[in-house]
Amino acid sequence: MPLALYTIKDSNTSSVFVIFICSIWPMLINTAFGVASVRREWLNVAKTLEVSHLRTAFHVILPAAAPTIMTGMRISIGIAWLVIVAAEMLVGGTGIGYFVWNEWNNLSITNVIAAIFFIGLIGMLLDQVLAWISKFVSYAE
Amino acid sequence: MTSPAHISIEGLTRSFPAPDRESDPVTVFKDVWFKIEKGEFVCLIGHSGCGKTTLLNILAGLDHATGGAVIVDGEAVDSPSLDRAVVFQSHALMPWMSAIGNIWFAVKSRWPRWSRDQIREHCQKYIDLVRLTGSENKKQAQLSGGMKQRVGIARAMAIEPKIMLLDEPFSALDALTRGSLQDELLSVCRETGQTVFMITHDVDEALLLADKIVLMTNGPEAVISEIVVNTMPRDRTRHDMHRHAHYYPLRNHLIDFLVERATRRREEIAARADYDPSKPDIMKPGLTAPRETSADEGAETKPTVMAS
Repeated sequence: MPLALYTIKDSNTSSVFVIFICSIWPMLINTAFGVASVRREWLNVAKTLEVSHLRTAFHVILPAAAPTIMTGMRISIGIAWLVIVAAEMLVGGTGIGYFVWNEWNNLSITNVIAAIFFIGLIGMLLDQVLAWISKFVSYAE
Repeated sequence: MTSPAHISIEGLTRSFPAPDRESDPVTVFKDVWFKIEKGEFVCLIGHSGCGKTTLLNILAGLDHATGGAVIVDGEAVDSPSLDRAVVFQSHALMPWMSAIGNIWFAVKSRWPRWSRDQIREHCQKYIDLVRLTGSENKKQAQLSGGMKQRVGIARAMAIEPKIMLLDEPFSALDALTRGSLQDELLSVCRETGQTVFMITHDVDEALLLADKIVLMTNGPEAVISEIVVNTMPRDRTRHDMHRHAHYYPLRNHLIDFLVERATRRREEIAARADYDPSKPDIMKPGLTAPRETSADEGAETKPTVMAS
């Protein structure tokens, strides 16, 4: 974070950068894993039907890997939310993270606890929304 | 001068480099020659490990041969093509698409310029052909094994290929479903005159469906042992096929091969100095006279051997 602030020199952009760096990995790894695990026989079917690479990517690989990609996104969003709150605490100015830190400085423990409760609630909601979206891309084998 | 065969397999060989770099490469099969005429149904029978699936993959273009060529209508082919449709052993349906969706995908690949209505009509025709009317919108998880394989067959037929390649399509199904699917495949192929190449373990299935049965010796270094011509009439059915005079001689020949001769044949063929792999023996055991019952118990009925 300090390195980002020093190089980028803009607090909002550097927070976004830090959040990105922290949360991208599960999504990246899961996407790679999902694409690599597409069943050979589906790819063979596409080959025997002379399907172009682009069409194979969108109609075979993407739907096949979609559940794994969505799982990666669910994990990433949890991490992203954590890092958002942390970054807000550090950078200050706006957001629930700043609120928590500010209330801590005002020694208002009730507000701190209420804020923590809401952070948890929003995290859960984000996860549930993505879980609901995952249902549309899942398939039974 | 005979006209060139629809599909000709010429001198196909497949070897793999040895797992440890020192020893010789492992040859799965070598010098395989046979022809498939238009409208013919050819079955390949052999023990596990003789390279049947590898051969089919090479025919489909999913694998490369180490030697030899596959000639389709006079041109050597190397890569997968819509002209050679494959039905896999494990149906290979895409689970996120419905039954009609899977066929749609194939039809769209073949004729990308067709309108939605044209494609839907075409897919429906093939759904009806394999008797799945009413189950079009079901996803894979809602279909039984037999239904899934029917969709696989419909998908292969819907692109109207030059040849259909089937890799033991019914081996994962129960006996009753297998029987009804064999009947359906037989009637569909007769109706459409489709050229088919099928791999199977089941001797009765081969006798019901095939016009020619190619027998392969055991691997490694498997070769074509012989080609058995199915001399039973083309309008045979599963119910009365076994009453035909040629049925048992044919069946006995095939079973003898699988049980006993598959290993011996390779040495026999290797020992023949004048053997030409491009002209495998063609046998018609159905035309031999039926065996006397008790008089010559130990005598072996020699099948009529005709070099092509």
